[in-house]
Amino acid sequence: MNSVILQLASPYVRSLLVFFSLIALLRGHNYPGGGFIGGLLTALAIVFYSFALDWRQVQKKLKVKPETYIALGLAFVLSSFLPSLFQSEVLMKGVWVSIPMGILGKLELGSPLLFDTGVFMGVIGVTLLFFFTLAYRK
Amino acid sequence: MGVILALVQTLFFVYFFSKIPEATNGNGIVTVIHWIPQIGLNLEFLLNGLSLVFALLITGIGTLVFLYASAYMKSYEGTDKFYFQLFLFGGAMLGLVLSANLIQLFVFWELTSYLSFLLISFFNKKELARKAAFQSLIITAFGGLLLLTGVLLLGSIVDSYSVTDWLEGAQSIKSSEFYLPGLLLILAGAFTKSAQFPFHFWLPGAMQAPTPVSAYLHSATMVKAGVFLLALLNPVLGGTIEWTYIITLVGVTTMFLGAYFSITQTDLKAILAYTTISSLGILVLLIGIDTTLSIKAAMLFLFVHAFYKAALFMVAGFIDKKTGTRELSKLGGLYKHMPITFIISILALLSMAGLPPTLGFLGKELIYEAKIQSPGIASLVLILGVAGNTLMVAVSMYFMFKVFLGKQGDYPKQPNEKGYLYLLGPGVLTLLSLLLGLSPAVLGDVLVEPALSSIRKEFIDVELQLWHGFNDVFLLSLLTIVLGMTIFVIALYKKQFLIKWRSINNRIFIIEFTNIFNQLLDGFLNFSERNTKRLQHGYHRFYILTVIVFASALLWFEVYVTRNWVLETQFSLTPLYISGLVAIITCSTIYAAIARSRIATIISMGVTGYGISLIYLYYSAVDLAITQILVETLVVVMFVLVLQRLPLFETLSSKLTRVRDLIISLTFGSVMTVLALKALNVEFNHSISDMMVKNSFVKAHGKNVVNVILVDFRALDTLGEVTVLIIAAMGVFVLLKTKKT
Repeated sequence: MNSVILQLASPYVRSLLVFFSLIALLRGHNYPGGGFIGGLLTALAIVFYSFALDWRQVQKKLKVKPETYIALGLAFVLSSFLPSLFQSEVLMKGVWVSIPMGILGKLELGSPLLFDTGVFMGVIGVTLLFFFTLAYRK
Repeated sequence: MGVILALVQTLFFVYFFSKIPEATNGNGIVTVIHWIPQIGLNLEFLLNGLSLVFALLITGIGTLVFLYASAYMKSYEGTDKFYFQLFLFGGAMLGLVLSANLIQLFVFWELTSYLSFLLISFFNKKELARKAAFQSLIITAFGGLLLLTGVLLLGSIVDSYSVTDWLEGAQSIKSSEFYLPGLLLILAGAFTKSAQFPFHFWLPGAMQAPTPVSAYLHSATMVKAGVFLLALLNPVLGGTIEWTYIITLVGVTTMFLGAYFSITQTDLKAILAYTTISSLGILVLLIGIDTTLSIKAAMLFLFVHAFYKAALFMVAGFIDKKTGTRELSKLGGLYKHMPITFIISILALLSMAGLPPTLGFLGKELIYEAKIQSPGIASLVLILGVAGNTLMVAVSMYFMFKVFLGKQGDYPKQPNEKGYLYLLGPGVLTLLSLLLGLSPAVLGDVLVEPALSSIRKEFIDVELQLWHGFNDVFLLSLLTIVLGMTIFVIALYKKQFLIKWRSINNRIFIIEFTNIFNQLLDGFLNFSERNTKRLQHGYHRFYILTVIVFASALLWFEVYVTRNWVLETQFSLTPLYISGLVAIITCSTIYAAIARSRIATIISMGVTGYGISLIYLYYSAVDLAITQILVETLVVVMFVLVLQRLPLFETLSSKLTRVRDLIISLTFGSVMTVLALKALNVEFNHSISDMMVKNSFVKAHGKNVVNVILVDFRALDTLGEVTVLIIAAMGVFVLLKTKKT
């Protein structure tokens, strides 16, 4: 696309979208958001960026390939099963640890977050794979 | 490689050998590994007299075959694969004979079929080898499925698949109405595996395999799996008229036909293949006769046959290697070039013909004795038995004279006798056959006796001796030898004799079993192809049409059945902006259907989607609304990308087609509308959602219930969805990227 404004703005918009997607992922357990929404947001950010510039360049510049995102997503999902496995619990049961953070209260981390991260990456990978495959033309 | 694996086989052999006292004492060694005990699925291994005999044969002959193979396979490529498969086969076979659970036995059974397929097709560049492998796979695997069906059928009577439970419930199995069908199915499995008439034809085809495979699988081990199964189930299913008659008749037919066809063969391995069929027939027949004497004879003959047949196959392979041919017409006078082979072959062939002083003689005497005493159809069994053995004698003589004696053959290669590994196996086996023939009591006490006892489920004393004295059995033997020699002499001096015989055979047996099999297979393939093409026509629009028409028919039917429901009829137009939103959604949907440009359609569909997500938002389903907006955006983008690949929009369908499509879509759309209205009336079970809301924060540490459900309560569903997404992505990738243009 030949819009100068769009081209200049797109890196910032993209970064902003990715930032928001991470927030969506992290706060998903308590407020609207989550891995699926976050993943879609990040994917959209990259799709938007590709529209503003040339998608071939964007594809080349991607540090992590869509296929790798998919693999990472699956790996995260699988790794979220491990804590329950090591505790000899029912598989996929959520395991939580609580880290005290002084005046900030306490940080609760659980295996569902790993699972959600897996979904996040998987969705990014799948969407980008769709996008780049469909955009590809000889 | 072959030598190392031979050592491993030896270790197994020694292990089983050391277990002889323990395994033959009482009920043997039972090992049970609980696998899925909830559904009664356990791994059960049983080492008793019967399985011990097989285990020793498998590992013992396995050792010799691996040594032989290490010499034989040297000149071929892909031997690592070959050794791997052959070794796996040995393992599968061991698993089979040690199984005390019939489902487990079935798994190993099919494994051996499959590995046999791989091994036969070792020379997979030859079409003949591929075809033979395929044929043997289809027949033995099909038989395996029949076996499984039979096992399931009879297992349902005693509610177990463990042989021990079957033994306890033997009476109820035999008196059940499922006994006969179950028996027939199991027998079909055993008969296909052990190459019994009319399934015998895959075995000669299997000779396309490299010779070590023929020696191991198709003479000494795999084909005996059917015999093993019959012996294993004899105490459970045996003792009835059906058992005796069916098995005896099939066995005796196979025995005679195998011997009958073997004499007119000209290829060394084919001769051996047909005599193997005959021997398998004898084994099956003996188990069918079902007397203590006949089972004893069967157990002894198992050794006899394994010893001489494995030896003869190895010799045949050696001759093939050294002379370059296996055709009888090109061989002759080999005794000068291969003297040791000659001596070994004489011993093995003596055993095959059932002549003293080898173990074969003893086996044959016992078999005659068992046949004379067989209840019911003794006369038929005896006549065909003598005829079969006569032919065996003739074949053995003929084999020896045509290959080793007579005038110098016309070999493609100048033969020599280098390579002791080739002769080690046959040498050991024939020596054993000779020694055990001279002092059979060792074999009788140590192995035959426990095997027999574990089949008959009572202790039976076995005394074997070479010389039985002058009795009617000896007279039968004498008759057999005289007749056999006569046929041999005629065949040797009247060249036309065998040729004529062959042509008579061709005339009588016009029906080639292989051809029937192939025709059946082709017919089935054509049938499936026609039907598949009818259903899988390749038009996407008709697939969708089928699905939608079928679904709406079912849904309308369900709506009709439950028509006494009251539909929601009270609609309010407040708040106004929601009514406006609904109006926008409706308009854009209608526009999507009638628009003349694809882009316009896509965009108006996008408007519909955004509108719906706003309605979600109004009902405070925030997560749903965000997701819907994001997905809608992406879908529009993707559609636009797809559109650029399509040709320009044109109206190609006829008016009639469009009217039909309109009717179908209206039918489907209206049923969905009715369903949505009805859904308001459904009493949902709130307890599940209440539970989730209640426990979301307490147990799962999350305030967002939707997310907690997704990643914790129903994480398995999410995992499934992610997997589906990934598979879809791979599908798109493969379809679009690997397109050949």
